[in-house]
Amino acid sequence: MTSFCTHRLCLITGHYGTGKTEFAVNLALAMAREGQRVMMADLDIVNPYFRSRERRAALEEAGIRLISSSQACSDADVPAIPAELLTILEDRGVRGILDIGGDPVGARVLARFQPQLLREDSQLLYVVNANRPEVREPAGAVAYLRSIEAVTGLTCTGIVNNTHLCGETTVEEIRKGAALAAAVSRETGIPVLCHVAEERFVPQLSDYSETVFPISIQMKKPWE
Amino acid sequence: MAKELWKGSEAIAEAAIRAGCRCFFGYPITPQNEIPEYMSLKMPQSGGVFVQAESEVAAINMVYGAAASGVRAMTSSSSPGVSLKQEGISYMVGSELPAVVVNVMRGGPGLGSIQPAQGDYFQATRGGGNGDYRTVVIAPANIQEAVDMVQEAFDIADQYRNPVVVLADGLIGQMMEPIVWKERTPRQLPEKTWAASGRRDRDHNNFINSLLIDAPSCEAHNLHIAEKCAEMEKNECRWEEIMLEDAEVVFVAYGTPSRVAETAAENLRRQGIKAGVFRPITLWPFPYARLKEIAAGEAAKVFLDVEMSLGQMLDDVNLAVAERKPVRFYGRCGGSIPHVSEVEEAARNAWKEVE
Repeated sequence: MTSFCTHRLCLITGHYGTGKTEFAVNLALAMAREGQRVMMADLDIVNPYFRSRERRAALEEAGIRLISSSQACSDADVPAIPAELLTILEDRGVRGILDIGGDPVGARVLARFQPQLLREDSQLLYVVNANRPEVREPAGAVAYLRSIEAVTGLTCTGIVNNTHLCGETTVEEIRKGAALAAAVSRETGIPVLCHVAEERFVPQLSDYSETVFPISIQMKKPWE
Repeated sequence: MAKELWKGSEAIAEAAIRAGCRCFFGYPITPQNEIPEYMSLKMPQSGGVFVQAESEVAAINMVYGAAASGVRAMTSSSSPGVSLKQEGISYMVGSELPAVVVNVMRGGPGLGSIQPAQGDYFQATRGGGNGDYRTVVIAPANIQEAVDMVQEAFDIADQYRNPVVVLADGLIGQMMEPIVWKERTPRQLPEKTWAASGRRDRDHNNFINSLLIDAPSCEAHNLHIAEKCAEMEKNECRWEEIMLEDAEVVFVAYGTPSRVAETAAENLRRQGIKAGVFRPITLWPFPYARLKEIAAGEAAKVFLDVEMSLGQMLDDVNLAVAERKPVRFYGRCGGSIPHVSEVEEAARNAWKEVE
């Protein structure tokens, strides 16, 4: 199910609010279920809430080691990069998932590691969500993608359609996102790697040639 | 109309622009930085002005200046930053200036934490600064309500020439939810003939001032403000009733805890306990009259106030219920959010007392 990730390291970027963390956590869990050794890094230096580190227990239970900034004070929004991140970059026996903060501002953390990332077997993924006003049109989505590439010095090699409306998601929403992802792909030449869908929608999306990646919602609100 | 996915803080900023806000002054503080960030990009595109001030005190005084000239103005901050703005809010009330102040609350007191909290209830609902006054306090519990009410807040501020506080907790500011941008009918508002916007063809100068050194004039001015407050109490009170028709356990909660309480009430009903939620949307005016009716009614047996503070709204709940029924309390604070299971357990315990 995770074979669309063809490289050892997955760098997950996108406009903020597109659902990068939900995708990243589900991807890590799926890889772990497939028996792979997985490490995940929460490198979001922008958002104080709804961070992958909030799911530390679930990730660790699945055998995934989570690295996050300011381990001693997980509620701080300190823009610090944990030194242990190098473990993911250097240990070629692990699959690494790097959950990056939103927008070019959040993606800037990658710039420092650009030489290492270029040496390693890594891929920069760009998450789109057609319900986010800034990136719902191809022009906006491409503009953010290009800015993230410019800031990181890395080239994006895959588009992830993660279009949803929280609890109000329908198959039509995912299809709307697939159309956006296809338009971005046409304009950039970057392939669409997968469509992210809650498990209940997967059977209705079998007509896509790209992988439909099934997720269960991990980043819940406190009352959900 | 198509639904869009918005983050609370950016949605609040966009709502303000759509309501005609043309001046934003602020100073960054987590968890509301998306408001100034959004404003810095979009306000100039909308023909407005964005200034990142040197401090919260400077920002609120810039709002004072802009409002005095008749322009719709706003500032936003989080708890400790809003404490710094209290002097400016009091001055705006004294000078009868409309503005919208958004507080995306975090843990306190002092610098506290950056996680969501509701510890600024007393400050927001009791005036906050010096002098005899109140401001309308709007507490959204979802992003749709936040965008609708922020737009209305500008109308309310203009109608009464008084600042309006939008009191959101950090989670409302940081979470994503689908919304629609509704067509809205703005209120019929009087011309701002009082604005210090240049003499033009007026036969007098307009002065904006809160200094009334002569005690009888100052008292008369206070009584005038009190009359406006009475009008706000009469006209602007809002609340929501969720599953209350037959509810025996009545949660009273606003913002994030009201969402937690709603889930808890649904779970409790499955366990055979009739629970419902009374959700104040305006914290001032507090919906005393309706809560009093519910307390006097047949169905309600016990009230459970749930907060992300240590019983600040509890005073108002007690004033409304007035010992007609028992009132119990469950709260977390400092940036911790009440868990659904904790709230359910508190409700079951309250229920056992009266069963």
